[in-house]
Amino acid sequence: MRLIDRTRAEALANLWLAGPATVAVLVLIFIPVSIVALLSFTDYQFGARSFNWVGFDNYLILIKDPQARRAITNTIVYAAIVIPLSILFGLLVALGLHSVMRYAPRLSAILRAAYFLPVAATLVAMAVVWQMLLHPNLGLVNHLLAAADIRGPAWLSDRGLVLYTLAVIGIWQTVGYNMVLFLAGLAAIPEHLYDAAEIDGANRGWERFWTVTWPMLGPTTLFVVVVTATGAFRVFETVATLTRGGPAFASDVLVYAIYREGFVYFKAGYSSAITMVFFVFVLLFTLAKFRLMESRVHYR
Amino acid sequence: MNSRNLIGRAIVLALLFLGAMLVLTPFFWMLSLSFKSQVEIFSPTISLFPDQLQWDNYRAAFERTTLLRFLVNGLVVCGGILFFQILFALPCAYALAQRRFRGRSLIFGLVLAGLLVPFHVTAIPIFLGLAELRLLNTYGALILPFVASVFGIFLFRQAISAMPVELFEAARIDGLSEGAIAWRIALPLAMPAATAFAIFSVVAHWNDLFWPLIAISDPALAPPPRGILYFRDEESGTDVGPLMAAAVVIVAPMVVAFLLAQRRFIQGLAVGGLKG
Amino acid sequence: MIELRNVTRRFGTTTVLKDISLAAEEGSFLALLGPSGCGKSTLLRIIAGLDRPNSGEVILGGRDVRNLTAAERNVAMVFQSYALYPHLTVAQNIALPLAMRGRSRFERSLIGRWFPASREKQQEEIRRVREIADQLGILPLLERKPSQLSGGQKQRVAVARALVREPSIFLLDEPLSNLDAKLRVQMRAEIVAPNRRIGRTFVYVTHDQAEAMAMADKVAVMLDGRIAQFASPRELYETPVSMDVAAFVGLYPINFTKAADWTALPGGFRLPPGSLPQGKQVIIGIRPEHLFPDPEGPVRGKLVRMEYQGAEVLLDVRIDGGTLVKAVAPGDWQRAEARGDLRLSYLPRHLHVFAAGSGERLELARDGQHEDERATTCG
Repeated sequence: MRLIDRTRAEALANLWLAGPATVAVLVLIFIPVSIVALLSFTDYQFGARSFNWVGFDNYLILIKDPQARRAITNTIVYAAIVIPLSILFGLLVALGLHSVMRYAPRLSAILRAAYFLPVAATLVAMAVVWQMLLHPNLGLVNHLLAAADIRGPAWLSDRGLVLYTLAVIGIWQTVGYNMVLFLAGLAAIPEHLYDAAEIDGANRGWERFWTVTWPMLGPTTLFVVVVTATGAFRVFETVATLTRGGPAFASDVLVYAIYREGFVYFKAGYSSAITMVFFVFVLLFTLAKFRLMESRVHYR
Repeated sequence: MNSRNLIGRAIVLALLFLGAMLVLTPFFWMLSLSFKSQVEIFSPTISLFPDQLQWDNYRAAFERTTLLRFLVNGLVVCGGILFFQILFALPCAYALAQRRFRGRSLIFGLVLAGLLVPFHVTAIPIFLGLAELRLLNTYGALILPFVASVFGIFLFRQAISAMPVELFEAARIDGLSEGAIAWRIALPLAMPAATAFAIFSVVAHWNDLFWPLIAISDPALAPPPRGILYFRDEESGTDVGPLMAAAVVIVAPMVVAFLLAQRRFIQGLAVGGLKG
Repeated sequence: MIELRNVTRRFGTTTVLKDISLAAEEGSFLALLGPSGCGKSTLLRIIAGLDRPNSGEVILGGRDVRNLTAAERNVAMVFQSYALYPHLTVAQNIALPLAMRGRSRFERSLIGRWFPASREKQQEEIRRVREIADQLGILPLLERKPSQLSGGQKQRVAVARALVREPSIFLLDEPLSNLDAKLRVQMRAEIVAPNRRIGRTFVYVTHDQAEAMAMADKVAVMLDGRIAQFASPRELYETPVSMDVAAFVGLYPINFTKAADWTALPGGFRLPPGSLPQGKQVIIGIRPEHLFPDPEGPVRGKLVRMEYQGAEVLLDVRIDGGTLVKAVAPGDWQRAEARGDLRLSYLPRHLHVFAAGSGERLELARDGQHEDERATTCG
């Protein structure tokens, strides 16, 4: 009749179905995370035969050494610029396109594609283009400024400017994404709410926005904030392509520091410490998101 | 239609148009430079349109470096990653969604926890592991680390949970094995989720620079982002034209894909936003 | 031939099936009748092999099928939602179980299906699918997808899919409940016909007592996880074994009246002397369809409400003693005043008597002496 007991056959099926993925998840995610955590307390270098436990030394360097600290502060500054501005512009464009959609849907679609293009285009390649745009002598930007008799600076090699330049590129690359998310949120607002508001006396654009649009966009805005924030913390491609963290660590960011310390200088232990700091940042933010999502989304 | 409204609309449209032009400037510039000769590029006067269309730049780009190879690598790597991701994720998602067994909550908990871990965090140990296995600098090095897609498992599980149980029971009565049910019933019905996931995965890995920078040193394996960097740093020198031409070629696939299937593309990326 | 012995199923702390035992003959049409949540669907799934009992045995065709999977038990099931594969055509839906049984894994695979042996089998499958589709009148629908079918059509496809496998047992889980009332009555015949034709056992789950009564050879009334009565429809209707069964079966809700003393029943109802032991507290029951207006009837009361239904008139009557009962008059019965005194009559054999405490049916004695024998009273 049967080779094996039915319960066993069922258990075997479950093993085949979920087993490989579970093993992969453990091997590729959980075990590495544990190893990174451990390594952060060592001075291990790639290729070395042995290593020592150094306790919190790596972390202390990160906190104390001004050069090392820059990675953290730069990332925060970068995020602080990109997040609000990218969201603001995304919202404004979405509001604009949303209204244009009513009387010129084709045009709205074309404009939407235009704003989204930077999101779709491979960032590294576009960064190379930005490099040309921002070239002190050959670049379009400085040429245009020269036409207005302004001496354009070295956008990517000026210590005081470079982080802001990168932030602008970051905003450029993410506005379209936020726009799309806001558009979806706007489309979901039922028309009759605006009708009710109009009856209540709010019929100007500004009033409509504050009484209906903004509150109803709550969950969407939250989502957008989290997505933009996590993306901003992970900035890497532009830094690696345009500045390599320089000049003099002026544009050093967390992920680039992880790369540089670990894979250019091979200081695996130290890099692991940076990784853990990065991880904590991301975790805090993601957990904050879950918390907020739980409490906020129930206003309906 | 009063004039107030009309003026308002005109202003909004003008602003949007202006913004779009600003946003598209890098693209225009990229195209423009790719068709200009070196002399033109370095000349003191600036113009959007080249004097003559220099297709030479494109020829040079393809000759000087293995542009096509970079694109092919992108296909191989992204295709390989997607293949394995679905191979592992779908049956697991099916089991989590529609079968009862001990440890089910535990595994799902692992999946949820895994969503919190960005890839960068696992880079160092995975690098060490691959080095031990002598897999560095191979396609395997580019594909294997991404095989465990907790996001894929999560997405598929949500989709399959929403399917009526009776469908699977009917399949069992009909004699399908559990694996057959996962692949022949659950997957076709989860196509929307699968497509969104596929787009998200391919786009994310196509554009990734971090891992290829770490895992490979042979340009013959370089996916597009690593490839263009390689071109810029090693080969193009001061030849801006070919470099821009190369950039156009590198950017083209994603842009074309986007323009052809805008809704799906956006949906796929938006879904990926769930991951955070 | 199906036999269930002491089947029990618990989910956590709730016991959904409590010690179920029954046996159905080969080729019979068995209905599992009960309200929602009584466990009937669970029982069906246990028979199918989709679920396992905590204790008890399931014996199909003489074999203990405990260790067999659903596919191995050679049963077919029609689900309430039909469970048709949305991404396959009707023909593919019906063919699937056939292919799973008839062809090996290899013969079904992308490569193997091109081999001659496999192709022959596929031809046979197509032929069989068309045969069944023709029988059920869905031949023109074969290339459609389920989303393009109406409720009735989907139901037929589901039945076709079940029939095509020629199983030993057919299980049907409320397959008509998603259809509108008229269609439901029509489809009843379509479901019973195959049972008569091929002579295999059907187990039919429903909460609709009219369906069960119309279609089944034997009905298992399930209440609160137990089988309250397992009998033919006629026996259920005429001699329900408890108040709960009496209340569940029958078109109109049965009337109950409590009486502290069975010799002095309220409203004018009467039991012959000596029917029951002295002092027994009873609840009498009579179905509205057995209570009719009669100017010389023994039951006295006041008409409270009338509801004209065309073929019948439903009456709400408050009988002496205070109870509100329902009665049924023929459609052409008319009355000048909508309210007022009314007298009702009934046939004595239609009067059910139940014990006041347990609700169990009480047998009435003949000849003035209460005895425990099975007898119907006569007037």
